[in-house]
Amino acid sequence: MAYNFKEMMNKPERFTPGHRMCAGCGAPIAVRNVLRALKEEDKAVITCATSCLEVSTFMYPYTSWEDSFIHNAFENAAATCSGVESAYRALKKKGKIDDTYKFIAFGGDGGTYDIGFQSLSGAMERGHDMVYVCYDNGAYMNTGIQRSSATPQFADTTTTPSGTQSPGKPQYRKDLAAIIAEHHVAYVGQTTFVQNMKDLHLKAEKAIYTEGPAFLNVMAPCPRGWRYDSPEILNICKLAVETCYWPLFEVIDGKWVLNYKPKNKLPIEDFLKTQGRFSHLFKPENEKYIAIMQEEVDKRWEELLKKCEE
Amino acid sequence: MSIRERLSGNEAIATAMRQVCADVMPAYPITPSTELPQYFSSFVANGETDTIFVPVESEHSAMSACIGSEAAGARTMSATSSCGLAFMWEMLYVAASNRLPIALAVVNRALSGPININCDHSDAMGARDAGWIQIFAETNQEAYDNFVQAYRIAEHPDVKLPIMICQDGFITSHGVQNIELLEDDVVKNFVGEYYPESWLLNPEHPEAVGPYTNPPYYMEAKYGQLQGLINAKKVALEVAKEFKEISGREYGLFEEYRMEDADYVMVMMGSAAGTCKDTVDMLREEGIKAGLLKIRMFRPFPGEEIAEALKGAKVIACMDRTESYNSQDGPIGADVKAALFNAGMAPKVLNYVYGLAGRDVTVESLASVFEDMKTVDETGEIGDTYRYLDLRG
Repeated sequence: MAYNFKEMMNKPERFTPGHRMCAGCGAPIAVRNVLRALKEEDKAVITCATSCLEVSTFMYPYTSWEDSFIHNAFENAAATCSGVESAYRALKKKGKIDDTYKFIAFGGDGGTYDIGFQSLSGAMERGHDMVYVCYDNGAYMNTGIQRSSATPQFADTTTTPSGTQSPGKPQYRKDLAAIIAEHHVAYVGQTTFVQNMKDLHLKAEKAIYTEGPAFLNVMAPCPRGWRYDSPEILNICKLAVETCYWPLFEVIDGKWVLNYKPKNKLPIEDFLKTQGRFSHLFKPENEKYIAIMQEEVDKRWEELLKKCEE
Repeated sequence: MSIRERLSGNEAIATAMRQVCADVMPAYPITPSTELPQYFSSFVANGETDTIFVPVESEHSAMSACIGSEAAGARTMSATSSCGLAFMWEMLYVAASNRLPIALAVVNRALSGPININCDHSDAMGARDAGWIQIFAETNQEAYDNFVQAYRIAEHPDVKLPIMICQDGFITSHGVQNIELLEDDVVKNFVGEYYPESWLLNPEHPEAVGPYTNPPYYMEAKYGQLQGLINAKKVALEVAKEFKEISGREYGLFEEYRMEDADYVMVMMGSAAGTCKDTVDMLREEGIKAGLLKIRMFRPFPGEEIAEALKGAKVIACMDRTESYNSQDGPIGADVKAALFNAGMAPKVLNYVYGLAGRDVTVESLASVFEDMKTVDETGEIGDTYRYLDLRG
């Protein structure tokens, strides 16, 4: 599929300015680029889990969303979206709707990996024609940076603070994209903001226009939780990919495909040192934790290469 | 021509569900309402309905999908019981605040714990403040008739609120009774097509549902919801009038049974009202002026009308098939007493908790309540106002 950056950026925005998201936040970048993958003539209903994204973009009586939009609760964006999609099928069958609609749900990692996990799993298994997009910033940012199952090991959050007796979050992060791929859904993609958004755009397009359930996992940094200078966001995303912390891959009808293989895989420190949430790891007594993290990144990367037959 | 049948309450509701031509039914199995998604799935499997059945992975997702579907513009329904309704609790409030006229068949069952699958009203009573309309049935016929009327009340432009059609688990849901069904096209014409005022799938006008609402708007939204609920009383009576024209059966906000000159009145709802009618008949033969006020519509609570109907009563016994742990009365007791107080009336009121978790309710035990009312009347001593009926010693 062709990707023309200039052309893409000139498409009419379906997610309009004026919302209250922080400068340097990844969530609106994810949303704008996913929505750009919609054909202009196609209509959409957007579902959103309770999140920064929801409370900052749809505060009565204002909305930033050009398309129809529904927020229901924190843990049920997938189930809600499945209800909307079922209504579409029912009304289409009865001849009450002619237009083509697409169904996209957005949720943060808390609302997706944790509390919304069952709802997501159910909707994916039932085979609704919808896309669930997780904007993964690796913690409950809306409530004030608490750890989630997406939080990387050793990150400092308000419920896994680093201290004299703790190096931060003790556990590894859950690999949600792989878990959803195991549901044997039509399409799974993992991406972030690199290559002038090309990877994200192409995956969003495939996710939206592949019939059946699709899941996109988009790493979307949070300046408050990760503690970085706002303009650094794209550099951080690049380093996440170049260190193989956040590999770009997709699973199409069960086939794993690696989308990018760094020529020189960078050490994990290069990613960690860009963010305040890992700053404690650079104290001399904590360096062993960086080695542990490197080991885990390497292990997961090797597993991914095997799955992708690289 | 109505159709004479012998059906269980669940079969009756399933028939009504097919006849009202809903668009979507997300549902999840739980005893004793499990048969509803089962029957409905077989209608789908055999091409007897156009409704899309969504076999969700939990009751929470059932109500979440109902909200999505109804907001999208589709007539939507579901069914549940007990813990299933409790699991929906968070979403019940959202359905009501978004003014979505979803119909939910509730087959009343005890809440855990201890776990028990039999009838009481603790599930629906737990959800009584969620902003839904709640209608209760004594018989299978009433359960069926109430479901046929449900969307006409819920979807009315002056109401626009979700509705629970409740029946008693096992006692009516699995008990087979004679019933008169209406013909499919009669129900279809009665219920009519659904044309929401705004919906997500409106190609002319995108819709936004479920905003974050700051203090300057929140209270007004809640007040608007209350007006819709209050209007449901008037609308339910109008719909009942039209329903009588197609069925010959009469419905009000509550039923008064031998109340004309009753000194002692039992207020209750659900299947035990049938047992109470027998009890009243028996006591009347003995010369005791007993009566029954059977609540059909519990939310909104027809307080003024109930107070008016209780004007002649010397002693009233409010019968609650649930424990609400405020330690002085149950939900019916609290609401009836508030209604009497608001009307400037102060009769003697006893409140009984009865029939929890399917404990048998017999003519003998209800007769003992009337006996208690008589004693209070004759001695002037009310004693303990909050009592458990048939508690083992």
